[in-house]
Amino acid sequence: MATFAMRRINEFFEWFGSLSIFFWKTFRAASTPPYEWRELIRQLDEVGSKSFPLVALAGAAIGVVLSMEARYSLGRFGAKSMFSVTLVYSVIQVMGPIMTGLIVSGRVGAGIGAELASMKVTEQIDAIEASAINPYRLLAATRIVACILMLPLLTLAADAAGLLTGWFAQTLVEPLSFHEFIESGFHGATFNAFLPPTFKTAVYGLLIGLIACFQGMRTRGGAEGVGRAATNSVVLASLFVILADVVLVKFILVVFH
Amino acid sequence: MATVDDITVRQEDAQKDSVAPIVVVNKLRKCFGDHTVLNGISLSVDRGETLAVLGRSGTGKSVLLRLIIGLETPDSGSVCIYGQTIAELAIDQMGEIRKKIGFIFQHAALYDSLTVAENVAFLLKHHRRDVSSSERNDRVMQLLAEVGMEGNLDKMPSDISGGMQKRVGLARALALEPEILLLDEPTAGLDPISSGEIDDLILKLQRERKMASVVVTHDLHSAKAISNRLALLDQGNVVIEGKFEDLQESNISFVMEFLKQS
Repeated sequence: MATFAMRRINEFFEWFGSLSIFFWKTFRAASTPPYEWRELIRQLDEVGSKSFPLVALAGAAIGVVLSMEARYSLGRFGAKSMFSVTLVYSVIQVMGPIMTGLIVSGRVGAGIGAELASMKVTEQIDAIEASAINPYRLLAATRIVACILMLPLLTLAADAAGLLTGWFAQTLVEPLSFHEFIESGFHGATFNAFLPPTFKTAVYGLLIGLIACFQGMRTRGGAEGVGRAATNSVVLASLFVILADVVLVKFILVVFH
Repeated sequence: MATVDDITVRQEDAQKDSVAPIVVVNKLRKCFGDHTVLNGISLSVDRGETLAVLGRSGTGKSVLLRLIIGLETPDSGSVCIYGQTIAELAIDQMGEIRKKIGFIFQHAALYDSLTVAENVAFLLKHHRRDVSSSERNDRVMQLLAEVGMEGNLDKMPSDISGGMQKRVGLARALALEPEILLLDEPTAGLDPISSGEIDDLILKLQRERKMASVVVTHDLHSAKAISNRLALLDQGNVVIEGKFEDLQESNISFVMEFLKQS
């Protein structure tokens, strides 16, 4: 039992060590020319454009759910007038960012993990390296940068969808003009209230891209290895996004409020 | 430490001096855990020469090629290309060496998200950015025509057979006009007719381009057809090295058994 525990602890530290080395190699490759602009643009499309429908749909669903729950809860305490600000702050500061992070962890994390794992087991990554092309620059850096850039934009999309459907769900029950909803929801708000929660998702993007690329590019074991890489990418990326959210929320509260 | 310019000068000197080996493997040793794959082997390949490395499955033949191109690092010993020990080279210097090497993987390792033409153009796009797209397209057509695949430009790797994938892999490896060719089991998994076609193609390219080639194979017939010298590996050691006639005349039991079973 003790030996098993020691082995697990060893694997834990070895994983973090390997991840750190991978991060350093990728960072060094990303910061030296020649830059892979074409591949970066392709990845921006893969991560951003193709995740947009799912993220917007999830944001819309969250908006409706929050709207219904907020109306009920606030009504119990006689605070219906707080509906707009409650919905706006809930979506933009809390639900939009974390939900976007988790959805992208699933879709993009699994996609990157599986794609790179498949390339690894079929020697395509070795072929890239043997062709004097840095695989960290071509494959990992482009995907990680794409995730960093796209997560805040996807979060904005989720927020917009959530606020729109949340307002719509409310107005079906108790008519509320969109202008009034926005006026009261954002009343007294500053950029500090909304920009940090949105841009913290760039950190989520870094974690998702880094972990998915790392898991994919170290795969062994054929089809089983590819499946394991995809699953581990999603699970670990999601876990790290949740943990990062806890840390970043505290950080934002300390620094910006 | 040698610079990229030094490597270029050494390459030019090697080209002028056709006697000096371009690839020298010296007492190379590689272990994976407790398993010793290569046990201090030494080989060399001259310009215009084809060395076939034979042996049973799992004797480290593919590992040897990976060590030559730097995809693996040896536990001891050295690999020298154009007089440079590759383990001592910086990344950009190793990159310059790799541009001179064409590597054909056992299963072709084509990029499955790219078409046949895009696979062949891949190296040109990355390393020859001075070339216009029309010149690049012409070069891709020329390379695919050399391997008989000019009618399959827009097909995906999954849409073509294993033999055709190897042809495309060969075309891709030739894109930068390499001076060294490393082939990992070029006829593995192919029927006898397709194997013969690949052998003929390799011979034709050798005659035209005079590359230093290392072919890893377990197919004795193919090795005999395309190589000048053969080296037989067993348990990480070179059992015998020489022409095919030397193997036939050998009274080493492993050699005789290998020839008998082939």
